Amino acid sequence: MKRIKRRYLALQLECEGLPTERELIDAIWAAVTKLYGEVGASLTGLTLIDFDLERKVAVVRVSLVALGMVRASLATVTSIGGREAAVLVLAVSGTLKALYANTR
Amino acid sequence: MTRAFADLHLRVNPKDQQATQRLINRAAKFGYRLISIPFTSALREDEIAKLKATCSEAGLDFVSRADFHPRTENELTHFLRKFRRRFEIICITCDNKEVARQAAKDRRVDLLSFPSLDYRKRFFDRAEAELASNCLAALEVDVKPLLILEGPPRVRLLASLRREVAIAREFGVPLIVSSGVAEERFMRLPRDMASLAFLFGLDEASALDSVSTNPAAIVKRNREKLSSRFVAPGISIIKEGKAP
Repeated sequence: MKRIKRRYLALQLECEGLPTERELIDAIWAAVTKLYGEVGASLTGLTLIDFDLERKVAVVRVSLVALGMVRASLATVTSIGGREAAVLVLAVSGTLKALYANTR
Repeated sequence: MTRAFADLHLRVNPKDQQATQRLINRAAKFGYRLISIPFTSALREDEIAKLKATCSEAGLDFVSRADFHPRTENELTHFLRKFRRRFEIICITCDNKEVARQAAKDRRVDLLSFPSLDYRKRFFDRAEAELASNCLAALEVDVKPLLILEGPPRVRLLASLRREVAIAREFGVPLIVSSGVAEERFMRLPRDMASLAFLFGLDEASALDSVSTNPAAIVKRNREKLSSRFVAPGISIIKEGKAP
């Protein structure tokens, strides 16, 4: 079976207050579903890996084939948990080690 | 080589100094190199000079731009005659077909823009693209409507954009992706803005060009033309001799 290639994205949250992990991932899923529907969202393999509350930096994993879809969806996020917000992609990497090295 | 990113459409009111300052700082923080805030026909040289100074302090290059919404061809030509030499970028929002065709075939127009909300007023078809490609006009797409619209209006807008982008690419019309935002919260990183172009069928390289190379090329071309040393395309004054 062919190995699934993945990419890790470091996301900077810009919002007032502190959203919970659940609110963040729900907002991302909602954006992906709104743009690509449930079938499209099911192809992304989106998973929250890490969420640094202090720096408001989250790390998510997505399937490489759906990277463009997820990046476009992340740019359309305008609220998280009912609060105005923006999600900026700080870095994209093939490994967590390289991602953390890039974002530190 | 690193790309110099540009956002040629920050729709802040230049008279609101605080909001303008915030937007400029944010653009600098996000890594933009070129920004532009559109002026209407009420030109104030001192306002432009002040904005240029503010941008320069933030490490940005300010591009003067005028947006116009003509109702007739005559209004359009009158506006161009009056303002072309005063602004580095001229953008025409085309609300009807006559204006759209005239704007596309007039070499003084840099950017063509169409209303986002009324898809029946988007006149960028093959004829328009052919005229625009002959006159070096570019098609401007604002990403703000993609962020604020939901449901059927966004679906219709995306469908129109996808069709227009395909036509523009077929005829070699440059595409400019701008933010079109007035509020900080809708500003996006240049690469995030380019990723939104993925929604209407641009590949990664073309999307990045539409926020960097394409706008920069228009600005460079127009600055050369507006320079006092410009004579004609390809001819400029290098040195002036003394009169005998």
